[in-house]
Amino acid sequence: MARAGLWAALTLLALPVLAGLAGVIGPAFGYLPALGGVAWSLEPWRGVLGWPGLGAAVRLSVVTGLLATGISLALTLLIVAAWQGTRSFLWITRTLAPLLSLPHAAAAFGLAFLIAPSGWIARGLSPWATGWERPPDLLIVNDPWGLALVAGLVVKEVPFLLLMVLAALPQSDSLRAQLVARSLGYGRVMGWMKAVAPRVYVQIRLPVYAVLAYSMSVVDVALILGPTRPKVLAVQILEWMTHPDLSMRFQAAAAALLQLGLVVAVLVLWRLGESALARRGAVWAAGGARGVGADAVLRPLGAGAALGIGLAVGLGLAGLLLWSFAGLWQFPAALPESLSLRIWSGQMGALQRRLWDSALIALGATGIALALCIAALQAGARGRSAGLIYLPLIVPQIAFLPGLATFALVLGVDGTRWAVMGAHLVFVLPYVFLALADPWRAWDSRAGLVAAGLGAGPARVLWAVRLPMLARALCVAFAVGFATSVAQYLPTLLIGAGRVSTVTTEAVALAASGNRRLIGVWAVVQMALPMAVFVLALLLPAWLFRHRQGMRIG
Amino acid sequence: MHRILLTTALAALTLPPMGAGAQDVTDWPAIEAAAQGQTVYWHAWGGDPRINAFIASVGADLQARYGVTLEHVRLADTADAVTRVISERQAGRDAGGAVDAIWINGANFASMKDQGLLFGPFAEALPNWPLVDTEANPAVLVDFTLPVEGYGSPWAMFQMVFEYDAARLAEPPRSLAALRGWIADNPGRFTYPQPPDFLGTSFLKQALYGVVEDSSVLLGPVEDVDYDAVTAPLWAFLDEITPNLWRGGRAYPANEPALAQLLADGEVDIGFAFNPGRASAAIADGELPDTVRTFVFEEGTLANSSYLSIPYNAANIEGALLLANLILDPEIQARAQDPDVLGFQTVLGMDLLTSEDRARFEALDLGIATLAPDEMGTGLLEPHPSWMTRIAEDWAARYGTGQ
Repeated sequence: MARAGLWAALTLLALPVLAGLAGVIGPAFGYLPALGGVAWSLEPWRGVLGWPGLGAAVRLSVVTGLLATGISLALTLLIVAAWQGTRSFLWITRTLAPLLSLPHAAAAFGLAFLIAPSGWIARGLSPWATGWERPPDLLIVNDPWGLALVAGLVVKEVPFLLLMVLAALPQSDSLRAQLVARSLGYGRVMGWMKAVAPRVYVQIRLPVYAVLAYSMSVVDVALILGPTRPKVLAVQILEWMTHPDLSMRFQAAAAALLQLGLVVAVLVLWRLGESALARRGAVWAAGGARGVGADAVLRPLGAGAALGIGLAVGLGLAGLLLWSFAGLWQFPAALPESLSLRIWSGQMGALQRRLWDSALIALGATGIALALCIAALQAGARGRSAGLIYLPLIVPQIAFLPGLATFALVLGVDGTRWAVMGAHLVFVLPYVFLALADPWRAWDSRAGLVAAGLGAGPARVLWAVRLPMLARALCVAFAVGFATSVAQYLPTLLIGAGRVSTVTTEAVALAASGNRRLIGVWAVVQMALPMAVFVLALLLPAWLFRHRQGMRIG
Repeated sequence: MHRILLTTALAALTLPPMGAGAQDVTDWPAIEAAAQGQTVYWHAWGGDPRINAFIASVGADLQARYGVTLEHVRLADTADAVTRVISERQAGRDAGGAVDAIWINGANFASMKDQGLLFGPFAEALPNWPLVDTEANPAVLVDFTLPVEGYGSPWAMFQMVFEYDAARLAEPPRSLAALRGWIADNPGRFTYPQPPDFLGTSFLKQALYGVVEDSSVLLGPVEDVDYDAVTAPLWAFLDEITPNLWRGGRAYPANEPALAQLLADGEVDIGFAFNPGRASAAIADGELPDTVRTFVFEEGTLANSSYLSIPYNAANIEGALLLANLILDPEIQARAQDPDVLGFQTVLGMDLLTSEDRARFEALDLGIATLAPDEMGTGLLEPHPSWMTRIAEDWAARYGTGQ
């Protein structure tokens, strides 16, 4: 039975991705009889190649993807290298970890409110420091170089990579390696980079690839912060997908394949870069430079990066909250002239419905994912070897979801909560697995042996011993899955077919409007829902174990 | 390439619009009975909280009067709903479709009507139809030069008005020529939503009206005229103003609400909208200062109507018909015209109403920033939809991808 669970999980991961990809190959080469494409042709590709924005869109996707990944990885490693093992490090991880549950869209909205020329930073400095009576005519959000988009991705990907590194550290023997390096006279950062970073990187390689693929093909963040003339390739694909002119569907499919090719090519490039860096790095490490003096610069830099990210997101979210209650709020006033509940009360009906739908879908998808993960882990699936788990995270959503949406339509299941739940499951499953795998293996199996010795069968060991002991990890895994589901934009949009809306589709649909009050309401709710579940996930075990001295933390 | 594929696709799609279970749109009691308990999915642009609240209030009435539930599917772009119907057509779902009603006009309406994707004709059979003033507003029968022929029910009329803050700008430019000079003198203080956005492309058409020699060519298909020659002055105009637009023309607001936010933040001095009452409603809601006023161009501004159409494969046609009729109800129309609610212009004729209903309209204020009917100037006819499509494409090629 456990085997079956493993296979069910793997099939659930791979099948939708492969089916979705198959669903775009036909139209990409002109074949989709229902749409009048009965002969194979290269016409869709000519359409894509003839689009004047193609060069810039491709360049944007590649450059923003590489920049966001490179910066996120560098900052993450810097933060860990500079502060691992200190009291501050605990503080940093506790501050940044909750950001993981924050939907990308909400973080992006918060950032946009903060850095826009009429945003909070400019308001705070005007007119006393800047002399601005009106917002400066500066192109910050939606800049043509995609820098705002990169910033929006970095503030979300650093917390993700940080948690991945934290999970990898115990297997890297990092503290002892660091100790040896320090005693040989290496500076803190230099020693960590030379002795620990290579071992850690090997373990976080797949998460890094996932970040790279995600950053290159993200839709919701790019809609909020990305360039507009042209848009990044993924957004343009979505636009072609939803164009009233039918023939654009072919072009969208071709572009989706192009996007996939781009991601694969850049991943290969990154892999080659890894090898080159590894060779260089070995020489560098053997060079013996101790870099003691560098600590004085790099440690504050690491702390500054962590603080900057925390502040940017924190202030951004505070800004969202304030705008949602704002009456008239003209530039350069730092605070609104009046506060009102007008927008909140006006949205109450819609909020209740979307919250209910979001929660229902997230509960369903996460519940199923948790059951499958337990079954798969029980059957002996292992995180590192099951690279397949990363498939839905590495293949760009925009490349396979259009095909999947067409299948759902043909089967007549699109636009139902069940179909959306199923689509979410594809993305929830990997995260739940990642969150659960390590604690699952770290469980002291002697407890199981004792139980078996007392006559308990494998099922009883699982239900009566292992799962209760892992209640805390199960709760966290559930919260991670729940947050992942709530944050899904493209699967909800394409599979939900307009009939199923969640707080995320509502919030992102408002992105273009620039209506700060309304965006504030929806982004705050979008952020609060997964946060609330995280808080519950922390409180529930504490309550369950209130009479269990041995299960308390610390 | 598009043309060839589109033609093929059209050939595949040009099937009779009505399935076997075609409704008799005149048998109203039967429609009311069949609609009981239905949920109508109204796909309508969802970018404005005031409009969303209005739609919700219509939903409450629909529930109270007919026991029909209204679900507002908030679109970022009306084309999304069109796509939805098209994909259902592809998948062979000729009944039980997801879209029951669409708020529509212009190129989207033309494309759906051409492809036989609309249910109807139904509009002129609605019980409230006799209240619609087709004589004073012949525009409710013609959408972007195309006869509506009952495939859409008009429910609001719009005319482009420009908005400015009188506290910041004493005398706004009241013609395209004046705007041209004003932009040169005030760099960075004007912009328009990025085409193919509806309002942004409408601004291009408005500008075209201002520079074209013979505007009558705009009322025919773009293929019938020397497009390059007709639009050359438009591109010259845009080339001239672009460096002096907001952000130097390197970025554009996405749509009407985004432009409105720029005006509210003081990033631009002049904005514009299709709803003449929008500014007043925004002032009432505390989004704009009460010093904002509106104006129109001396040469006139574009005017059009909004329609409610029903896709051929709608799952809840009866409920959608009740909705179409309900939004023509004098009480609902007066609510939409209330400047504190929407400030939309009614399609009903005052002389066709009972005195009680007429009083509802007479009781309404204009709103502090709204122009009186006699100040609205000339309403210019919307050009043939092919102009909108062609100009938006051309704009994208010229300005849409430059870095």
